[in-house]
Amino acid sequence: MTSRDAILAAVRANAPPPAPPVPPIPDFAPAGGPLLAAFNERLAAMGGKLAAADDGATLDALIATLFPDAKVIASATPEVRGTRPLAAATAPADLADVDVGVVRAAFGVAETGSVWLSEDELKINALAYLAQHLVVLLDPAHIVGNLHHAYRDPRFATARYAVLVTGPSATADIEGVLIHGAQGVRSLTVVLRPL
Amino acid sequence: MRPVDHAEASSHFIEATAHLEFHDRRLWDLRLKRDREAHRIAEWEELRNLASAIKEHTLTHLADYLEQFEAAAKTNGAHVHWARDAGEHNQIVYDILAARGAKTLVKSKSMLTEECDMRPFLETRGVKVIETDLGERIQQLDDEPPSHIVVPAVHKLRGDVSTVFARTLGSQPGNNDVHYLAETMRRNTRPYFLGADAGMTGANFAVAETGSFVVCTNEGNADLSANVPKLHIASIGIEKIIPRLEHLAVFIRMLSRSALGSPITQYTSHFRAPRSGSELHIVLTDNGRSQRLGMKDFWTSLKCIRCGACMNTCPVYRRSGGLSYGATYSGPIGIIMDPVFDIRKYSQLPYASTLNGSCTSVCPVKINIHEQIYKWRRVMAERNQLPLVKKEAIRIIGKVLSEPRLYRAAISATGLAIEHLPRFAVYNWLNPWGRQREVPEPPKQSFRSWYLKNRTGQ
Repeated sequence: MTSRDAILAAVRANAPPPAPPVPPIPDFAPAGGPLLAAFNERLAAMGGKLAAADDGATLDALIATLFPDAKVIASATPEVRGTRPLAAATAPADLADVDVGVVRAAFGVAETGSVWLSEDELKINALAYLAQHLVVLLDPAHIVGNLHHAYRDPRFATARYAVLVTGPSATADIEGVLIHGAQGVRSLTVVLRPL
Repeated sequence: MRPVDHAEASSHFIEATAHLEFHDRRLWDLRLKRDREAHRIAEWEELRNLASAIKEHTLTHLADYLEQFEAAAKTNGAHVHWARDAGEHNQIVYDILAARGAKTLVKSKSMLTEECDMRPFLETRGVKVIETDLGERIQQLDDEPPSHIVVPAVHKLRGDVSTVFARTLGSQPGNNDVHYLAETMRRNTRPYFLGADAGMTGANFAVAETGSFVVCTNEGNADLSANVPKLHIASIGIEKIIPRLEHLAVFIRMLSRSALGSPITQYTSHFRAPRSGSELHIVLTDNGRSQRLGMKDFWTSLKCIRCGACMNTCPVYRRSGGLSYGATYSGPIGIIMDPVFDIRKYSQLPYASTLNGSCTSVCPVKINIHEQIYKWRRVMAERNQLPLVKKEAIRIIGKVLSEPRLYRAAISATGLAIEHLPRFAVYNWLNPWGRQREVPEPPKQSFRSWYLKNRTGQ
């Protein structure tokens, strides 16, 4: 018998009396309040930043102001030129020297301050982790209330890789001292920009 | 194999006063943060009920959902392997690596690979394994297992980490600055991410309908491990399956709130199919889970989502440290899981509990942890796994409690003893209870003698 068949047989033989299936999960819609304000509050609590709204400036100019020392800016969205084009052939490790990565999120989640990214948005998934800093463009009209709403998005079932990113990488593994920039990006800045 | 002596091991932990006080405070702080986040959500209790019901339904139909998951994962282009036990798990992982000539493996935290003791297995076969979670890396470099399933090095103070890093990573000796230490780890680990032949993650959840699995982390190390090398191996316990994507919302809403008191982990990552040009291997592992499923009183422990809330709230865990349990899983959840792996070795663990029930009330999937701890005590007694002192004590107590005359004599004798005997006769090795506490002052009169005096004839 293969290990597969042995495991399935043991699981079947030992299964407790069947428990009923769970009815569809309610969406527990958040009680009122503007979604954007909730999103901003949670983003800040998770260590993320919100760029001051400045609709006059181009995005490239805004990013240059936010990161004056950045030498390598790699953008996965055509809205930002950056300094380093991301070709489909770029190997993940080639992004090791990126100072600022730029990406447009598919949507945000107010309950947690998260943004949704997949390989479609990132082009190279590692961009969101190897860059020292990440800038995320988000359309304020594309913010859902909570995670129940988020998981209704059909792209979860089609993306090879999908991630809810909430603030920068963080650790509190030494004496509970919070540090941003554990292994991934040191900072995450959300720029609210309609598509 | 001698049973793990939790009380003896704890005594060493308790001796290090600064460590003990910090450990106790830090974990209680996590418990308070968990409460704050839970109370923000009106439907919290409803979510717990849903989470429990989803898990119970899945576990009682587990074979069907495993088959559905496997079929979907294969359609997605992932390779699916099955491991009956730790040995098979480790061999499968090694064979995948060896067939591709992979010599370095960056990995994120996985309790399953700890359970399988995978690292030494791979390392003796020439594979360099680098833990990339900060806490887990500290423990790896110090050659210790994790002491907590969420915060692996929570029993260490900054000075301890500084000493470990100075010895192993060449950081400045005596530099105890936490930012400096974390930055040392970041700079040391980065080249491994860039050069590793393979990456490994565990999984918090696996979704049957999509064949995808979810990894929840804060440091970004799991996403680097999975998204930089061309080979991603994921070790997944068979109990991690849930039926549908919509169920994920219930668990993701509660996992980090229960664990750390944050609304979600910084990264909640969903892996469905390999990146183009890469390989994705899933190792579905049993290692005692199917056996546990057949245990009437204990199968619901498989609902566990490894949040650690029961550990953070447990007064015994907070004051004894995870390492004193001598097992992969410590704290209340460890007590009810470990004996399935080795009933003799972990026969004393069910006594590392006050049975106060706090673990049960914070559990996001509503496992009746304290009741299972009590039931494990009964199993240990029935299987004759009690140490002689405990067995004798229970025999004598049983006799005294079943005979009123003996009971009355014992009560008045105990009162007299506490009142009149010198300290050394009351506080000695026969009375472990009195080691850290004062014995309560005996009442001047027992209830029975008061009753007989005041109520006779009425």
